[in-house]
This record gives sequence, C-alpha cells and structure tokens, in this order.
Amino acid sequence: MKLILNEEQQFLKDTAKSFTTEKTPVNHFRSLRDSDDHLLWDKEIWQEMVNLGWSGILIPEEFGGSNFGVAGISTIMQECGKTLTPSPLFATAVLGAFAITHFGSQAQKEEFLPKIVSGEITTALAIDESSHHNPAKTAFSAIIKDNEYVLNGKKIFVVDGSSADILIVLARTSGNSGEETGLTLFIVESEADGIEKIKLSMADSRNYANIIFNDVRVSSERILGSPESGGETVESILDIGRIAMSAEMLGNAEAAFELTLDYLKQRKQFGVLIGTFQALQHRAAEMFCELELTKSSVLAAMHGADENSNELQRLASLAKTISGETLHLVSNEAIQMHGGIGVTDEYDVGFYLKRARVAEQIFGSSKFHSERYANLTGF
Amino acid sequence: MEQLENFRQEVKSWLDENCPASMRNGADPTIPTDEVWGGRKAQYKNPESKIWLDRMGQKGWTMPTVAKEYGGGGLSKEEVKILNEEMWMIGAKGPLLSFGIWMLAPVLLEYGTEEQKKEHLPKIIKGEIRWCQGYSEPGSGSDLASLATKAEDIGEHFLVNGQKVWTSYADKADWIFALVRTGPKEPKHDGISFLLIDMETQGVSTKPITLISGKSPFCETFFDDVKVTKANLIGELNAGWTIAKVLLQHEREFISKFGLASAMGSSGKDIVSLAKEHLGEENGKISNGFYRSEITAHKIKEHAFGLTLKRAGDEGGKASPTASMFKLYGTEHNKKRHELMVSVAGINGVAWDGDEFDDNEKNLTKSWLRTKGNSLEGGTSEVQLNVISKRVLGLPS
Repeated sequence: MKLILNEEQQFLKDTAKSFTTEKTPVNHFRSLRDSDDHLLWDKEIWQEMVNLGWSGILIPEEFGGSNFGVAGISTIMQECGKTLTPSPLFATAVLGAFAITHFGSQAQKEEFLPKIVSGEITTALAIDESSHHNPAKTAFSAIIKDNEYVLNGKKIFVVDGSSADILIVLARTSGNSGEETGLTLFIVESEADGIEKIKLSMADSRNYANIIFNDVRVSSERILGSPESGGETVESILDIGRIAMSAEMLGNAEAAFELTLDYLKQRKQFGVLIGTFQALQHRAAEMFCELELTKSSVLAAMHGADENSNELQRLASLAKTISGETLHLVSNEAIQMHGGIGVTDEYDVGFYLKRARVAEQIFGSSKFHSERYANLTGF
Repeated sequence: MEQLENFRQEVKSWLDENCPASMRNGADPTIPTDEVWGGRKAQYKNPESKIWLDRMGQKGWTMPTVAKEYGGGGLSKEEVKILNEEMWMIGAKGPLLSFGIWMLAPVLLEYGTEEQKKEHLPKIIKGEIRWCQGYSEPGSGSDLASLATKAEDIGEHFLVNGQKVWTSYADKADWIFALVRTGPKEPKHDGISFLLIDMETQGVSTKPITLISGKSPFCETFFDDVKVTKANLIGELNAGWTIAKVLLQHEREFISKFGLASAMGSSGKDIVSLAKEHLGEENGKISNGFYRSEITAHKIKEHAFGLTLKRAGDEGGKASPTASMFKLYGTEHNKKRHELMVSVAGINGVAWDGDEFDDNEKNLTKSWLRTKGNSLEGGTSEVQLNVISKRVLGLPS
C-alpha cells in the first residue's frame, strides 16, 4: 500500500478543490445557516455534485457509478471539509451507496443505486439511540408478523435524517440490548406510515433528526444483508463512514490551521507581527506535526478500505481517533490564537470549532475508537 | 525486467557464496556478535564480521547507489531494492554502521571535489576509515553558528585551535569532520568552514564523557596547534554553514528513523507485555485502566508516526526541513515510551545495579536516562520547532 494519491484520486481532489473554492466557500455555509431552509444544504449545489459524478463514486459502473473507491470519495470529503460544505455526500454517497452496493440484494441494487447516482433520492443511516455511539446497545425492535416486520423505537442524531428519502435502520430482531448479535438492517422509506421525524438543531447547523418508529411495517424483502447478521454488516458500513468522516475532519483541521497561520502573519501587536512570538510559533509547529500524522492515518485507512486490508477496522479506528484529537487541538488553538475576533460570530473560525465537536461524535469519538483499537490489538 | 531478474540471480548466488554463516539466519548463537563500525582501530570478536565487511565493501554494497568510480555499488534504485530483499531473505546482517555513510558521504557527493571524493568515499564505503563529527562546542550548543574553534591560514595549511564536545566515538574514530571558524571578522554564519582532520595529527586529543546513564560514546575533542592541509577543506572557504545544515538534515533523518526502529521493539520487551507482566492481565487486557488508556494513546501515535515515515518514503522525499518533524516527533515519542515503560515496571523500572534485578530491568533504567539526550543531540526539540515554524510554516522572524 503506497500512502500517496494515484492520478485518478488526485484528479478528483483537484476538481473538488476548485468546486468548493468557487461554489461553496465558507460563506455558502453561513448563508444556509442564516436562511430558513430546513434542509441546511443546497439542492442546486447537490445537483452539481451529482453531475460531477460524486454520488456514484462508490457505485459500480453497471448501475451508473464510477467505482472510484473509498479513497476517491474521501479526498472529496476532505476538500468539502475545508470549506465546511454541507451536502448529502456523507449520508448518501458514502453510507447509502456503500451499504447497498456491498450488502444489497440484486433487486435492491437495481431499485436504489441508479437513483442514488442520478440524485433522485438521498439516504440516511440510523444507528444511535443514546448520547454515545454504541451499535451493540440497540434496543430498537423489529418483530416478525405475517411475513412482515414491525419496527418500533427511536433513533437519534441521524445525519440527514430530516430530509432523506430512504432510511437504513439498525434493529434488534433477537437478544438483548448490549449484545452484538441479533441485529438486522432494514431499508425503510422515510414517508412510511408510523414514522415521525423531529428535526434537530445542533451546534454545527447541519441536517440531523431524531426519528420515531411507531408500528412501522416493513417487508422482509427490505432486509439489507442477511437477517441477524446486521451487527457485522453495520460495522463494515460504519468503518467506511468513519474513514470518510475522518477525511472531512482532516480537511476541517487543515483549513482552520491555514486560517490561523494567515492570521499570525497579518496581525500586529506590540508593533510586531504576532507570528514572530515563539510561544505561538512552537504551538503552530506542534500542530503541523499532528496534522502530518493525521494525513498519513487517513491515507492508510482509505487505501486500506479499497485494498480490503485485514487491518481495516484498526485503521478506521486509528483514523477516527487521530483526526478527532487533531481537529480538537487545532480548533481550540485556532480560536485562542485569533484572540477576541475568534469568538465572534462574524468571523469564520468559530464555525470550525462547532463543526469539529459535532463531527467528533459521529460514529464514535476518539475515546470510543481508542478503546476499540486497544481491544482489536490485544492491549 | 529480464535484466533485473538476472541481477537477482547474481545477488542470490553471490550472497550464497560470500555471506558467512554467522552473518545470517541460523547463526550459531554461541559465536559472539560485533557492532561493526570499521576503521583502523577496529577489533573483532568474530573474524567473520570482518570478512563480511570486506566482501560487501569490495562490492561497494555498503553504499550501493554510489558510482563505482568512488567505490560504490553503482546500482539503480530497483537493483538496491533487490539487494535488500535478497539480504532480508537470508537474514543477512548489515555489514557496517557508519557516520561516514550516514552523514559525511552525502555531503562529499554534493560538495566535494573530484579528488576529495576519490580519496575519501572508497575508504568510507569499505569501512577502512571511521569518522566522527565535530560540531558542538562548550560555548556553542543550540547556537551552533557561534562556534569558536579557529582555523588560521598559515599558507599551505590551516592551524586549528579549540575544543569540540559531544563528539560521539571520537576515541575510536580515525578522522573527524569539523566546523571551524575561518572568518573571525565575518558575520557568524559567514565565517565557518567545513574541514576534514586526521585524528592522528599532532595536537589532537580526546577524553570520554560519562552521562547520567553511565558510560557513553561521547567525548570531548581538543585541538592544540593542529596543522591541516588546505586540501581537506570541503566546499568554499567560509561557506561551511550551508554544508553543515545539509548534513544536519541527514543526521536528523537518521536519528528519527533510529528512534522509531528502537520504538518498534529492538530494545527489550514491548511495553504491552511489560504492562501485563507487572500490572496483571484480565481477559487478555492490561488490568489497570489508567495505564491501559495511556499505553493505547501512545501506541496509536506510534502507529500514525510509523505511517508518516512510510508516507515520506512513498513520496520519494529527500532530506528536507520536514526531517525536523521526524527528529522532533521520533525523539519525543521515544522519551515518552521510556517514561511509560519505567512507570509500568514500577520499582524494577528504576533499578541500577546488583543481582536483585535482571539485566533487562537494569538496562531499561539506563536506556530511559539515555533517551533524555535524544531530544538534545542533533538539535534540541526547541530548535526543531524553530526550524518548522520558520522554514516549513513561513512564520516571520
């Protein structure tokens, strides 16, 4: 595994960079936040991303995708992270596309994948039920009745949950909360009877919802993967999500760091540029090192995913841990080094801090993944 | 492709014939091993160490990419890869440890005259001459450019007077590459030259330094009216600072790789097994949760740092200012690792001497103390942070 981008991935990165710089600079996010738009992402921008082929990057060519792989989509996520670009890229083009491509039946693939590629539908993955990510703790129930399943329970903090057309839901079909077995994934239309969506307002002003299922009936045809093996299936979907999210968080951190370096080179106090102060220089140099480690970890994880590495779980946890810690550090230092202006809403740097803390929670914090890494390695 | 395959076959059969039994996998463990640094004063516990060095040196395979006219192997990158693979296959020992190879040779290749390259490179490559480094002085540590050892122009020669410190293995080395002041009136960076000095010259003497960890390879080196021919000046007069910096980058890269290699478990026990031994194990986990999380955090950083070194290789990086990052991170990480190991070993982690403690424990104490020097030698961590802020991040002075 070479820890560099190939030509194809570099091309995707360059395209994403010019797209996000021109079409979705941070002001794009600011205007969405300040608007009354409940979507919190822009339909036209998403259609442009679709036209660039981004919705189909993880989807095979026979269903209209490009099959450019996890490294391909992650480099785009990284660029979107730099300008805080909100879009269904993560929930649909990463999670939904990967889940159905890898675990869907032929019928499910034929039904959903072309619609994901064309931008006709968006998806969301509903996992969590309490304040900390923990798939094994699923209590949400699916009980079989007349060849149908009846779903009951509440899913929380579902990314794009307030707008997705299709929900992929983790449910317990047997056993008890806390067990890793007895779990099954279902594909459910978000407009099905008995579904109630409660839009969440989070610090990062992105699209999330809590979703209540009240006797929602789902055909057994809509099981994703095999029944009762949803625990394993969802881990492999989650790992791809964690890697892509780590790439976005790396992008966040890189941009917050750049913004801060620029400020150190412009701001004068005591008659000199504050970037001449060693107290700030050394902290900046330390952040540089952490960013370099993060880049390597994210590269290793995304290539590991495409090469089916037997280390994939460890690499995903490594990437999510390190990107979380680095972004945490950089987002805090960015505010401190900016001084007073850093805590004003008018200035962009605060957006990175708010996004950072929410992204750190998505599919497991650094602490969650350190523990997972330790268990996987035998510490 | 076919050419490379032929080369592989040649290497295979050459190694088969020439790599002595005690220098490869399956060596008789009762035969003593040598740390081979070569040079005129070298002594060998195992005569095959010397045979292996001579044979590899003759092929130029201690510096395989250097041109044959300078005594190197004249191999392409692909061929070097094959050589390394084949050596790895039979578990062949590296034939030579050498500051000449790691630090001086790259500088000679870049700045030396044709005569200097032909004179010195073959002897470095064959391990005939052992080199040491004369940089720091008692009054010039981090502020290296303030160095005061002077070299006066006396016609055909320089007359060198002064003192160097932290010269590793000076008492065992044959020659020293030294920074000397040739321009006392110039600004401090513009009055330094890079000079090669034979340690056997009249007026050179050395004295070993004892560290907090006990015995050390470090020495003080004294120059008392030492006459050095002008032919031994590398590069232009008073242009030594540029050369010094290039050499430091090679040195930093080497130190960081060395630090990581040792972190990957060549010295003593792995920290996880040490923790399980001293703190206990429950269901395969380190019992103490505080230690377990601290060790995990450390191991995660180590994994990421290892990947970063690999990425630098994949990017085809030469020595550059980012070498400062590797030096900084590698040495700081190594210090933390030793602090953790000492802490995990408890009382046994601070053992010094006597029969109540085993050798691993006593060695751990010494290596822990020795790591305190890692973030000082080759430029302190603070100096590396300065280099990164100014030369990588472009922060103003």
